[in-house]
Amino acid sequence: MIKLESKVPEGKLADKWMNYKFKMKVVNPANKRKYDIIVIGSGLAGASAAATMGELGYKVKVFTFHDSSRRAHSIAAQGGINAAKNYQNDADSVFRLFYDTIKGGDFRSREANTYRLAEVSNNIIDQCVAQGVPFAREYGGTLANRSFGGAQVSRTFYARGETGQQLLLGAYSSMNRQVKLGNVEIFPRREFLDIVLVNDHAQGVIVRNLLNGNIEKYSAQAVILATGGYSNVYFLSTNAMNSNTTAIWRAHKQGAAFANPCYTQIHPTCLPVHGEGQSKLVLMSESLRNDGRIWVSKKAGDTRSPDKITEDERDYYLERKYPAFGNLVPRDVASRNAKYVCDEGRGVGGGRAVYLDFSDAFHRIGKDGVKDKYGNLFDMYKNITGVDPYEIPMQIYPAPHYTMGGLWVDYNLMSNIPGLFVLGEANFSDHGANRLGASALMQGLSDGYFIIPYTIGNYLVTENPEKVGTDGSEFKEAERAVEDNIQKLLSLNGKQTVDEIHKRLGNILIDKVGMSRSEKGLVEAIQQIKELRNEFWKDAKLVGRADDLNLTLERAGRVADFLELGELMAVDALHRNESCGGHFREEYETPEGEAMRRDDEFAYVAAWEFEDVGKWQLNKEPLVFENVELAARSYK
Amino acid sequence: MNNENLNLALHIWRQESREAKGKFEEFIVTVSPDASILEMLDEINNRLEKEGKIPIAFESDCREGICGACGFVVNGRQHGPLPKTATCQLHMRNFKDGETIYLEPMRATPFPIIKDLIVDRSAFDKIQQSGAFISFNTGSAPDANAILVPKEAADASLDAAECIGCGACVAACINASAMLFVGAKVSQFALLPQGQLEKYERVQEMVAAMDEAGFGSCTNTYACEAECPKGISVINIAMMNRDFIVSKFRSKEVES
Repeated sequence: MIKLESKVPEGKLADKWMNYKFKMKVVNPANKRKYDIIVIGSGLAGASAAATMGELGYKVKVFTFHDSSRRAHSIAAQGGINAAKNYQNDADSVFRLFYDTIKGGDFRSREANTYRLAEVSNNIIDQCVAQGVPFAREYGGTLANRSFGGAQVSRTFYARGETGQQLLLGAYSSMNRQVKLGNVEIFPRREFLDIVLVNDHAQGVIVRNLLNGNIEKYSAQAVILATGGYSNVYFLSTNAMNSNTTAIWRAHKQGAAFANPCYTQIHPTCLPVHGEGQSKLVLMSESLRNDGRIWVSKKAGDTRSPDKITEDERDYYLERKYPAFGNLVPRDVASRNAKYVCDEGRGVGGGRAVYLDFSDAFHRIGKDGVKDKYGNLFDMYKNITGVDPYEIPMQIYPAPHYTMGGLWVDYNLMSNIPGLFVLGEANFSDHGANRLGASALMQGLSDGYFIIPYTIGNYLVTENPEKVGTDGSEFKEAERAVEDNIQKLLSLNGKQTVDEIHKRLGNILIDKVGMSRSEKGLVEAIQQIKELRNEFWKDAKLVGRADDLNLTLERAGRVADFLELGELMAVDALHRNESCGGHFREEYETPEGEAMRRDDEFAYVAAWEFEDVGKWQLNKEPLVFENVELAARSYK
Repeated sequence: MNNENLNLALHIWRQESREAKGKFEEFIVTVSPDASILEMLDEINNRLEKEGKIPIAFESDCREGICGACGFVVNGRQHGPLPKTATCQLHMRNFKDGETIYLEPMRATPFPIIKDLIVDRSAFDKIQQSGAFISFNTGSAPDANAILVPKEAADASLDAAECIGCGACVAACINASAMLFVGAKVSQFALLPQGQLEKYERVQEMVAAMDEAGFGSCTNTYACEAECPKGISVINIAMMNRDFIVSKFRSKEVES
């Protein structure tokens, strides 16, 4: 069994972080340059951590599989970033942001971590403005805000629909400054393939140079993983093509506990799948649900065009089932219900899409009014689908978007492996069972700019990890294991391509470990994934060489990891006999069809310990709520 | 969305490595008009892998037109024929049945070919590292609203900051100039009060890094703006030139 110590400091919630910062040991400025730190990933969390640690004087090495650190998938975030500034004078506060986040997460996150996130949110905005991030402004020159789902105040800062891009380029610029100053070194086109433990402490990494296939070894006194989420396990998701689980999965196989893998977020307003060849799903802002009405035909297998389906033949199912919130129910509720009507064969043309219809809005505010509010989204829809949404109702379908689960970390953001820290979407920390909009950017930057720079110093002073080279037996063994795995993959000469197997995995997961889960489905999924994994290792077909740029090999390694993670997601979902946030178990719904949380039995973090492929041991970290009352969510 | 499939003849640049000699390889394909051009390549690659052949190497990541990873030349145009569209957003319905399409890498001396359609754009990072930042340590920021920024300045700064670093401007330019890329970054900071203190040093350092990386000079053909998937304006080049010239005089004064 793993010992899960959350290390949450004593004291009042609002004082914990402040007091803890004082209690932590600090590294003398002159000594910082003696420490080497490795950062894997250059998104918001990785870049902000690298920049800040460089400023402090640590020697930082950053690895990314991209050709440039600016391409990390944080760049695609659209909507904005929350902060409790209360600039709108609408009674916002750190406590309100904390409360909204913990309630939005359906009371499945740690109070102290979530509170700290809200607490440092304001520093993030200050930092980004000083860096030159061109946030939206009012005419008086102050920062503009907008509102976002799950909150009653206007606290979201934004830069058009490109907030992620601007925040990432801000962190990238700070990191570049440290490159110039010689504190940060960036290694692009390197894929992390394993962590190296020396005396059970994280002391190095094995990476593959993607241009020439060289296996490279690097040592450090601490390793940080900031490698994002695992939505691509579903094959089709809103994640970038190369987003993957390999870093956190291989660390998991070395002993790092994986927490709440079944907590995944499926976003309701994405473009539907158009065909077999589709490579990814595109998200459209959920603000569309403010004016669009969602409906399907009352009849199954209705292939008529939408204008031929009369008003009384349509089922505005969200308005019917949830009269109070209607089309504005939270993401998980909207997604689940779209699945249900499509399962009944009532999706568009009997397929997997529902209509998002603006006809009423056209009557109410005119097409120009709609254009003012949503013009760019309508253009995007037309560009991708070739259909003019001003003439024919949009079609939408939910898509995997974000994963709340990830590697277990304590209050210091350190995993149960000493010296291995995990930041951003890669950890499980702050969002519980569901993440609210505009909170992902906040968490990535909070972890990188304002938490890890403090907690890593405490670790370095307390543990004083030795400086090791890369010649030790641990490095040689890890290198050999990585090379063996590559050879094993390249020797596969079956009939199915890696993508074909990945698509089959995605179909199992979206069907049985997606928006709605049942015991029967999960048991089947576990069996099917095991079989598919065996099939992969017998029947996959790889091409190309190890010592060359080999895109097939890169994908194969990632898919092999997804095939193991997918099973754990199902195992976790099967064990969690309750419904909460993004995890909805059909056996646990109220008579009204709502999620039934079971706080008495399941108010804990499920941290899975790897024993062997397909075999895990469950460890529980109880969640204690001292500052909020556990309430049921209702949107009727 | 249910139009007829398209039959196309593709000529795709294949080049094993930087040193190897490249050539066009022909592929005859039938493709859904709803597929993006990259999804069409995915399908070809799937077929090639099944046949035990090496797939076509190309880069892509977000497939939403924002990460800047993708980008090649389609029938002579960077990112293809549509204005303000990155390669990943180019759908096959924009082509006609029976059409012949040529795909080749972005070609520019500072962007050596790595393999097939992939080029090395790391020179862009070197320029950014030379001075594209505000020298400012985490933790010392004043309250965000203590720095007032006129809305017009913030909007213009964001217009420049939308650059995705794809390299189309360079490949489109007869001189392989990176002036639009550099100008956009210089202007983003120069337009904001936060960027004023280091304005002149920044422009000098970035221009020097650009020259050192082997990019050419600007002769005002505006091909860069025409091919930019984000529609970054050449006004940014003019603003950069103004700051650069001022910085030269300014430095001399300081020196003398």
